Amino acid sequence: MSAHNAQTMTLTLHVWRQAGPNEPGRLEQYEAKNVSPDQSFLEMLDEVNEELIKAGKDPIAFDHDCREGICGMCSQVINGVPHGGQERTTVCQLHMRTFKNGDSIYIEPWRAVAFPVQKDLIVDRSNLEKIMQAGGYTSAHTGGVADGNAILISKIAADYAMDAAECIGCGACVAACPNGSAMLYTSAKVAQLAALPQGQVEAAARVTAMADALTEAGFGNCSNHYECQAACPKGISVKFIARLNREFQKALFK
Amino acid sequence: MRIFESSVGRKILMSITGQLMIIFVIVHLIGNSSILFGRGGINAYAEHLHALPPLVWIARIVMLSAIGVHILYGVIVTLQNRAANPTGYAVKRQLKASFASENMIWTGLLLAAFIVYHLLHFTARLLPGVVQSVDQLNRFDVYRMVVTAFSNGLVALVYALAMVVLFLHLSHGIPSFLQTMGWNNDKTIPTFGTAGKVISAVLMVGYVLIPVVILTGLLTL
Repeated sequence: MSAHNAQTMTLTLHVWRQAGPNEPGRLEQYEAKNVSPDQSFLEMLDEVNEELIKAGKDPIAFDHDCREGICGMCSQVINGVPHGGQERTTVCQLHMRTFKNGDSIYIEPWRAVAFPVQKDLIVDRSNLEKIMQAGGYTSAHTGGVADGNAILISKIAADYAMDAAECIGCGACVAACPNGSAMLYTSAKVAQLAALPQGQVEAAARVTAMADALTEAGFGNCSNHYECQAACPKGISVKFIARLNREFQKALFK
Repeated sequence: MRIFESSVGRKILMSITGQLMIIFVIVHLIGNSSILFGRGGINAYAEHLHALPPLVWIARIVMLSAIGVHILYGVIVTLQNRAANPTGYAVKRQLKASFASENMIWTGLLLAAFIVYHLLHFTARLLPGVVQSVDQLNRFDVYRMVVTAFSNGLVALVYALAMVVLFLHLSHGIPSFLQTMGWNNDKTIPTFGTAGKVISAVLMVGYVLIPVVILTGLLTL
């Protein structure tokens, strides 16, 4: 496809601008001109920023890294849905062809007490790491390198663990959750390890520690709205939350 | 105790107490439907139900404790959730959350108010206008009390509206308690969602049927 599509678009952007963590923020309006349908959403923002820089203004700060849908950095709520609402898509994979000429687009940062805004569209997601640190590890023997595949794992368990491990930790589940809960993220980490033999040693301690870390970090409680699964760019299933609930019950009696 | 402090533990407490109340609501409907067999039906049912006061009181204490725990943690968890997400978005499009799932606290509190009214009305019988008499077999005449009460359109309407609220609460509550107990996977999630709505609808229709048959004159004194 040609890089210069004849049918370029003009869009009105309403972008959250906030100078710093403790500064008040507000939505500001920008015009994005000559937007190619072949551009990704982030490329469109790059061009808006070029214009802002040329005009001597502060460019819109937003997180991004891999731009291929695996790093989980591009944390933007676009028109009310994390990552823009295209199924299993991160912002960097969202293309401008999904918008129409003349569209208004609202771009806001993840909203949750546990995700404080740092600047504009950038939030601090290190509270997810605190949950991970609380239990997202397994014990391993030191010494010589173990043989590959020495521990037998069924295809079913491996696939299940891999489905959970698909979580990229972007935080869209929290951003979508009316309760600001990170239960889907936490459950993916708990389920991934609970499904594998390597995860059994810490299984009981893990689920309670990670659930406690979730509350301590200021995330809300899960009330089964299932907004998280619908917004997840990797389609992580809420069945993992059911798994976490089972693991928690097992841990109650240990 | 971890179950009282942890976010997941509290959810499990909400689930178990909710399940107790769902069982009660089902049994209560089956018992109440004895009114469709006329005076002999419900008066005999009430007579037998209250024949063993210790059992009645154990059931009442269990149910009141369940309601107390459910309300307590329902309020605590909701306040925590509001605190975790106070800002909100300028534009928000819900993908999956429903009116029922978003208003559990309000439907729950309305049901709590209804339970107080209902207990004052038919259990404690402290509200004005409650007809208290005995039938020909010298049993308490539940039939006369209920038929007289529901002959008043306003009273019937309050009960019917309360059952709509019950439908909303249970249509999210039933799939939710199954998920919280961990009895869920990819195949059952949509099935339980539908089952929750169907069971809640059946309960609502069943309960509303009683004032309807009275107001339409199918059941008379």
